[in-house]
Amino acid sequence: MSDTQTDRKVRPNKPKGVVVIDRDRCKGCGFCVEFCPTGVLALSEQLNGKGYHPPEAVAPDKCTGCGLCGMYCPDFAIFGYRPDKRASEVD
Amino acid sequence: MTAVVNPVEPLLRIERIPHIWCPGCGIGTTVNCFARALSESPDIDLDKLVVVSGIGCTGRVAGYLRLDSFHTTHGRPIPFATGMKLANPELKVVVYSGDGDLIAIGGNHFIHAARRNIELTVICVNNFNYAMTGGQVGPTTPATAVGTTAPYGVYERPFNLPYLAASCGAVYVARWTAYHVRQLAKSMKEALHKRGFTFIEIVTPCPTLYERRNRLGDGLTRMRFYKDNSVIDHDADLRSLDLGFEGKIICGRFVNIERPSLIEAMDTRLADKLGPKYRPIGEGT
Amino acid sequence: MKADPRGVLTGAYYIDGNHACCEGAIAAGCRFVAGYPITPSTEIVERIAARFPAVGGVFIQMEDEIASSIAIAGAAWAGKKAMTVSSGPGISLMMEHVGFAAMTETPCVFVNVQRGGPSTGLPTLPGQADMMQARWGSHGDYGIIALSPTSPQECFDLVIDAFNLAERYRVPVFMMMDECVGHMTEKVLIPPANQIEVEARRFTDLPPEQYSPYRPGDDLVPDIVKAGDGYRIHITGLTHDERGYPVISADCQDGLVRRLVGKINRNADRIIRVVEDDVEQADVIVVSYGITARVALRPIELARRDGIKVGHLRLVTVWPFPQQRIRELAERIKAFVVPELNLGQVVLEVERCAGGQCRTIPVDHAGGTVHDPDRIYRAILEGVK
Repeated sequence: MSDTQTDRKVRPNKPKGVVVIDRDRCKGCGFCVEFCPTGVLALSEQLNGKGYHPPEAVAPDKCTGCGLCGMYCPDFAIFGYRPDKRASEVD
Repeated sequence: MTAVVNPVEPLLRIERIPHIWCPGCGIGTTVNCFARALSESPDIDLDKLVVVSGIGCTGRVAGYLRLDSFHTTHGRPIPFATGMKLANPELKVVVYSGDGDLIAIGGNHFIHAARRNIELTVICVNNFNYAMTGGQVGPTTPATAVGTTAPYGVYERPFNLPYLAASCGAVYVARWTAYHVRQLAKSMKEALHKRGFTFIEIVTPCPTLYERRNRLGDGLTRMRFYKDNSVIDHDADLRSLDLGFEGKIICGRFVNIERPSLIEAMDTRLADKLGPKYRPIGEGT
Repeated sequence: MKADPRGVLTGAYYIDGNHACCEGAIAAGCRFVAGYPITPSTEIVERIAARFPAVGGVFIQMEDEIASSIAIAGAAWAGKKAMTVSSGPGISLMMEHVGFAAMTETPCVFVNVQRGGPSTGLPTLPGQADMMQARWGSHGDYGIIALSPTSPQECFDLVIDAFNLAERYRVPVFMMMDECVGHMTEKVLIPPANQIEVEARRFTDLPPEQYSPYRPGDDLVPDIVKAGDGYRIHITGLTHDERGYPVISADCQDGLVRRLVGKINRNADRIIRVVEDDVEQADVIVVSYGITARVALRPIELARRDGIKVGHLRLVTVWPFPQQRIRELAERIKAFVVPELNLGQVVLEVERCAGGQCRTIPVDHAGGTVHDPDRIYRAILEGVK
């Protein structure tokens, strides 16, 4: 057995990804919720300043940092990333 | 600890966000794909990348991009871009505009640019109507759909854009929907790296107008529709790519051929005829 | 700066106005032309097509005049001096893009070899009936500059001025030729390149962080950049602020549009060129331009032989119009006589500026040929009564 497999048994799943939400930019279209492949998101009960229900991460540990939410968002209000890859870092 | 930003943001004029597009509109989604295509293209110098738009909702894309960007007249981004590219071949020029702008009023320029194979990437967001002006029908509106200028339903046959582009000589022709974000980003990247006239049609929702007036649901409903009703077939016969009112949407990369670009053909011919006397346009001229 | 000698065909030639115009454009540094065939202008682009490849220019025959007129804007924003060429019907098609160039302050030259109009009119015969169109043809408020050559030599000289004015004021400039000067063959002297002054594009020396595309200088004209230099500009035909961003408000509109008109009006003294002959003591002044100025020479000579004190004011620039000069002269004379190959266009400006202080006598002509000099002579006689 490899070390990696042993690790998985011993340690709980750590989220590989982080989702960042700009609640005020959101217009509640629902694309991110729909197309997140692991079901991280749901529209929240709260309203933002524009009167929309922005998403919230209801299952953040399922986030893989795939970035699909960000690709779909027409309002540039959400994105995902992998902290270990730090792909979208800005100096 | 350095800040992590949305990967699309370095490409945007952030001071102009929020944009004017409606909730559930697909244009912003296509912009994310464009940003992804560029981020995966380190060989493209963003200082030399120019975006040219026409008039309409998609025409507003130029104004939100932090690149040299030109918001020109209705129907005319392609000839503007042609002049720019010929005058400085080192620029990489992208035309980003809508179905009405590029194919109705701009139709003549579209077919000639494809014929000439001028090196341009033309991104055509097709939401089946003239959205900015309130939802009039256009040359891509499917038969029987309604719009403000066809209140009893369209009885004209719409264009089949990939077929049109291919028949005029485009060297790269693809169609995706706003649902196909990964494929679209990949297509944009391919088109940007291809020499010649490259064309991508992107079927997107217009929830406020086309979708609402035709009772097709909101943006999310339509994205689900695209997911469930689109078929990817790169080898599809171009003639079969018509889009009906509620039918199948065939997506894919239908054409990917090689032929000399306009500038290549011009340089070859003029060098052949004039020999060393030929001076291509450049800095010193 | 001096003209690039590689583009200057120094020498003495016997050529027509169209050919001279082509050479003038090349001497001025024009290196992009987009055009479409239309009589009586076509020879200009034909010669351009033949000459450009050896001087580093690009010519493209576009699919129509609308495409031509915006392709030159694209080329201008890529940093090149650009020109298009047409006649009545084509110029009408181009009008939206004259407005676009004015609104975005894009330097470029529009050559109109005028023919009989309206509509298809008289393709092979002269007219001067597009003069008001040059000034007002596109929608909205904006200013332009228009020059009117009277000979093939001036077709060479004035197109260089047209390019220089376009650069200095970041404005579309019209070369108002006509079929007669365009197809007339005369001696044209092309001087050595070091005797030809060309205006460099007023590129900014500010770095991108400090530059605003539409922040004007003291002359009301902003410095310019070109695509590809890292300035990441946004240029739009919408009403815009100094950053170039659309601002849909009455305030922004007022500021912008007043400046677009003002930059021509306030600099009018430096733009206007007229050629005056014996106007100081005149009782009657003939105001003319283009080919008609040639035709007017003979009746003026005859009238002078009759003892009439008649002066000649030839408009080299028709727009901006020399309002001040006309106003001054109107106080002292009995009449202006204004012959034109149209049914009264520039004469309306003369009359307006004369303000009723003297008579204004039009000598109109529907076009198709030049005036019978006798009609102009009779108008002069009428003017001194």
